[in-house]
Amino acid sequence: MLEITNLHATVGGPDKPTPILKGLTLHVPAGEIHAIMGPNGAGKSTLANVLGGKPGYEVTAGSVTFNGQDLLALDPHERAAAGLFLGFQYPVEIPGVSNVQFLREALNSQRRQRGEEPLSGGEFLKLAKDKAALLQMDMDMLKRQVNVGFSGGEKKRAEMVQMGILNPAFAVLDETDSGLDIDALRIVGAGINSIMRSPDKAVLLITHYQRLLDVVRPDKVSVLADGRIVETGGPELALRLEAEGYDTVMADG
Amino acid sequence: MTDLQTRSQSDVAETDVEAREAAAKAADYEHGWSSDIETEFAEKGLTEDTVRFISGKKNEPEWMLEWRLKAFRLWQTMEEPDWAKVGYPKIDYQDAYYYAAPKKKIELGSLDELDPEIKRIYDKLGIPLGEQEVLAGVKGAKKVAVDAVFDSVSVATSFREELLRAGVIFLSISEAIREYPDLVRKWLGRIVPVRDNYFAALNCAVFSDGTFVYVPEGVRCPMELSTYFRINAENTGQFERTLIIAEKGSYVSYLEGCTAPMRDENQLHAAVVELVAMDDAEIKYSTVQNWYPGNADGVGGIYNFVTKRALCQGDRSKVSWTQVETGSAVTWKYPSCVLNGEDSVGEFYSVAVTNNFQQADTGTKMIHNGKNSRSTIISKGISAGKSSNTYRGLVRVGPTASNVRNFTQCDSLLLGDQCGAHTVPYIEVKNPSAQIEHEATTSKISDEQLFYAMQRGLGEEEAVALIVNGFAKDVLKELPMEFAVEAQKLLAISLEGSVG
Repeated sequence: MLEITNLHATVGGPDKPTPILKGLTLHVPAGEIHAIMGPNGAGKSTLANVLGGKPGYEVTAGSVTFNGQDLLALDPHERAAAGLFLGFQYPVEIPGVSNVQFLREALNSQRRQRGEEPLSGGEFLKLAKDKAALLQMDMDMLKRQVNVGFSGGEKKRAEMVQMGILNPAFAVLDETDSGLDIDALRIVGAGINSIMRSPDKAVLLITHYQRLLDVVRPDKVSVLADGRIVETGGPELALRLEAEGYDTVMADG
Repeated sequence: MTDLQTRSQSDVAETDVEAREAAAKAADYEHGWSSDIETEFAEKGLTEDTVRFISGKKNEPEWMLEWRLKAFRLWQTMEEPDWAKVGYPKIDYQDAYYYAAPKKKIELGSLDELDPEIKRIYDKLGIPLGEQEVLAGVKGAKKVAVDAVFDSVSVATSFREELLRAGVIFLSISEAIREYPDLVRKWLGRIVPVRDNYFAALNCAVFSDGTFVYVPEGVRCPMELSTYFRINAENTGQFERTLIIAEKGSYVSYLEGCTAPMRDENQLHAAVVELVAMDDAEIKYSTVQNWYPGNADGVGGIYNFVTKRALCQGDRSKVSWTQVETGSAVTWKYPSCVLNGEDSVGEFYSVAVTNNFQQADTGTKMIHNGKNSRSTIISKGISAGKSSNTYRGLVRVGPTASNVRNFTQCDSLLLGDQCGAHTVPYIEVKNPSAQIEHEATTSKISDEQLFYAMQRGLGEEEAVALIVNGFAKDVLKELPMEFAVEAQKLLAISLEGSVG
């Protein structure tokens, strides 16, 4: 489903580009939940941003194919319409715009790009209600402005509601577990399972901690260090990392 | 007094090409078409004869002609003001037409009888279908009265009878001068005096038509009143005149929306709007202004020099100005409230958008003379391209006005790094019991916000429109529903090509 091959990327613009990704190769087939772990500064968030198409990141070599399409040739909104969702580590506030308005416009824009009919207000509200209930989020929260005044945990839950409503084929979740207490973690984890655990979907789950992986059981775990995937294994790899730390595991690898 | 100014200029040379390309795209002005209706002109130039011609065309009584001539003589002694933060080539007032009217004066019972050419234009403008539904006999359709001003002369007035049953007089100002001379004489030029300013004096001399509304004591006007202004004849100055009188305990909501066809010539517009509210009366005045702003290179576009003022004469009277300004090459406009009544309330809600080479200097004046009078000012300025957007506002508290309160919020949003946003508040307080608050912010649409919205599926322009509408929400929600939707579309259209 997602094939990243020998990806090199820099940040910092043409004046002083800093290489972050240095030949990253990773294949995630449909039906797989793939956890990415790794020390700070390894390039995890850069990977997420490059996949999303964020301005300021320059791909200098390599390729990314998404369902056979050249992902890097698409604009961010085209990637979204193609089925790519990016769960933000720091969700952004949009003052004066309600979550309902934001998501309805976003979803209908995706649908238009795919040649589908837009949803009516009623149809959309029903969908939004269902997904909010799944994440145990109050509908009142969806009527509030996008991420304005939300706590860290609320923002992450709102990200998951957005994912439920947009129903992507592939989700890149960048430290979705950070800032969550145990209860919220469980809710978010269950949300990921119910929305994304499917034979025709896949997830790239970027995290520092085992505790999310206890809820969302990954099929594969890869270690990202210094811009490359240095080791890939099953769920047991995450447990080893948690017990022994990156240095030991990477030295062994 | 503070003067907060924000302006950044970097990478000008590099982005210049991009800006021009983007601007060229945006130049396909949606309402940039013109119609073929024949126009009867007064001769070019402005003399006493022009004033007499206009007055004669309108079959005006002698007192009106005298009033106009007095204004004209006064105007000749006045100087064009230059204190606003706008720049434009010197206007040759002798090189313009001051009167243009459709050749056939049509009096209609309903809009169905409207000239198909005018009807076509209105359809193209997407004028809310409410009127058409009512005319087609659709039950439950919300009634909106239309006094259509086409090239200075009212060509259609509908719902007049229903309004008359309620006692509301809703006429073109020319008709009102003939039919209700006492009412007009009592208030015309009393709120905005002839000598108030250069453009107001000019308007007094040559105003061609406009609207008159009278709401008698205790009457709540049964429908929203709306007027669509259009400027159509090339090189024709437009001088609309509006007078709204709300007697004790009455209420009226008035909507004004405008658009104009694409022209190379600059078109001068100098309207005067006078409102007066007596005890416990309320007037809500909403404007969506979408006049041709000039092309992407700053050529053409309307010059809009407007004087709008409300007299909150009665105790507990209230006037709300709500405006969405997206058009015109140059905007010079300060809808104001003179709060004479005790416990009277003035409100000003404004969104002003400038793109490409547009210049707007707009704001309000709240003059507090009555005890316990209150005012609220919410101004949202959005600047893009190479435009300049200035909020200029005055809050004055007179010596006998105790316990006055004012709250002012001025927010500026910048798109790109070649536009300017300026906030110029003037505060003059002569009574120590006044509470005056002023807040101002300046922000840019962040790359983070754009990327976030685009990652969720919105195209770049959709994302900008969404963020801008959110920014302007506090003002847009003050608009009547029919206008709010149109206004949101206008904001998006006005900012096309401003990012990327």
